[in-house]
Amino acid sequence: MIKLVTAVIKPHMLDSVKEGLKGIGIQGLTVTEVKGYGRQGGHTETYRGAEYTVDLVPKLRIEVLCAIDDAEKVTDTIRASAHTGKIGDGKVWIVDVDRLMRVRTGEMDVDAV
Amino acid sequence: MISRKRLLLFGALGAAVVALPIVPASAQAEATAADVQTNLDNVFVLLCAVLVIFMQAGFALVEAGLTRAKSVANIMMKNLMDFCGGAIAFFAFGYAIAFGSGNDFFGTEGWFLGDGAATIGTLTLPVSFIFQVAFAATAATIVSGAMAERTKFKSYFVYSLVISGLIYPVVVHWQWGGGWLSQMSTPFHDFAGSTIVHMTGGVAALMGAMIIGPRIGKYGPDGKPRAIPAHNIPFAVLGTFILLVGWYGFNPGSELAADSAIGGIALTTTLSAAAGAVFAMLAIWFKSGKPDVAMAANGMLAGLVGITAGTAAVSNIGALVIGSLSGVIVVAAVLFFDRIKIDDPVGAISVHGVCGAFGTLCVGLFATETTDFWKAGLFYGGGADQLIAQAIGVVSVGAFVAVTAGLLFLGIKATIGLRVSEEEELQGLDVLEHGAAGYGADVTPQGAPTPVVSTRSPINA
Repeated sequence: MIKLVTAVIKPHMLDSVKEGLKGIGIQGLTVTEVKGYGRQGGHTETYRGAEYTVDLVPKLRIEVLCAIDDAEKVTDTIRASAHTGKIGDGKVWIVDVDRLMRVRTGEMDVDAV
Repeated sequence: MISRKRLLLFGALGAAVVALPIVPASAQAEATAADVQTNLDNVFVLLCAVLVIFMQAGFALVEAGLTRAKSVANIMMKNLMDFCGGAIAFFAFGYAIAFGSGNDFFGTEGWFLGDGAATIGTLTLPVSFIFQVAFAATAATIVSGAMAERTKFKSYFVYSLVISGLIYPVVVHWQWGGGWLSQMSTPFHDFAGSTIVHMTGGVAALMGAMIIGPRIGKYGPDGKPRAIPAHNIPFAVLGTFILLVGWYGFNPGSELAADSAIGGIALTTTLSAAAGAVFAMLAIWFKSGKPDVAMAANGMLAGLVGITAGTAAVSNIGALVIGSLSGVIVVAAVLFFDRIKIDDPVGAISVHGVCGAFGTLCVGLFATETTDFWKAGLFYGGGADQLIAQAIGVVSVGAFVAVTAGLLFLGIKATIGLRVSEEEELQGLDVLEHGAAGYGADVTPQGAPTPVVSTRSPINA
């Protein structure tokens, strides 16, 4: 059984998360630049003396496919390495993957991780 | 000190003679000191002209940087074409109107640089023209930023031909072409064009921005101005530095001779630019709590525009004061125009219009001594004569440009239209005006060769 661990993190925490995941033997991940807001609803900036609200804050979405036994470890590692304690640290969640296939070889599920 | 005024007198005499004593290389052994000086003048002014033309790159980057990515190709195209279209218009009509013999208001000789085309000082006709066409292009390009992100390209192109070929040359004739401003009992003094170049562009920008109206979304339902942030601050600052470098051609080159005055002119230019940036930074920092980068960059340009009229007439301390005040004034002016609903995305009206007028008046305050070409200013015991002459120049040029540019933009609005559709403005001008985005996606055309791979599907194998 395969799990997909997805996290939305602060962009500058990517290196820390990458190192953390390498440290527990995770061999691949996908990173996407995304924007969003959470409970704090963005922040304000000033330009030429006028304040304006940036309600969609730039974030990175990280996706990691792993075997079911590794999912908790991956989640904990991302949480630990993306943590700053300040508002906007993001979220991490796990979902089931019905079927996983490696495009080059056709290997399935755990073999394809 | 040889200055522009005296050189213009020489030029008027020289125009009839045309042939200038440029010495062929073979005769160098017999070249007199005067011949060498003439060649040196031509070399120096031609190099300065190249620096001023490089300012077009600075304007393009400042304007592109301070506006949004969705119209970046449009603003680059406007900068490209106001120089190119304007250069042809200035060649055909502008130079003759500006410098040709005629009356006190416009010249009528030297169309297409033909018979009667005037030369300036010791400069050959080509050097005279190249230097002046660079200035015409500067005046023309100021408007493009103020009307950015909402103007039809073809309308802007028509405008740029008219300002370079007609409006700007008339203003030039009044002063540098020997017209009425230069013949007043106390002549108007504008060394390199705070009023003639920059305020002309700035007032045209004001009329354009006023007639076309603000960008969609610039003002909230409560009427308060909203920030529309720059898309590329590095462009804006790089462009500002390029303009600074170009100004070393703009101001020292306006001496029109390679003589001992050019160093002092470069020095006052430097001091005013630096003070403008520092004081604009302090002003916006005080006002909004952050040292805003775009505003500090505007401040450096404000200091440069402010010193352009008096660069040869004021002391180093005077230059620092003019630059500092220009820096504060430009911040106040940007916020003021924002409040009265004149949307100028790059601050061109404030930098070139307001600080151009201010710098011109400053000659009447800060000129240190009376010379053949200007009187000492109010703060240096010269009384108010020069200040009054400066005010006459500012008001008359301002009124002339406001009326002619206003009529031009209203005429364009009534015929081919000035503003793009609402849908186009929201989408950005790049695709609908020019066919493709400035920052487009990487496209792989359909039918292009694909990488060679095994056609055997591992799934069906």
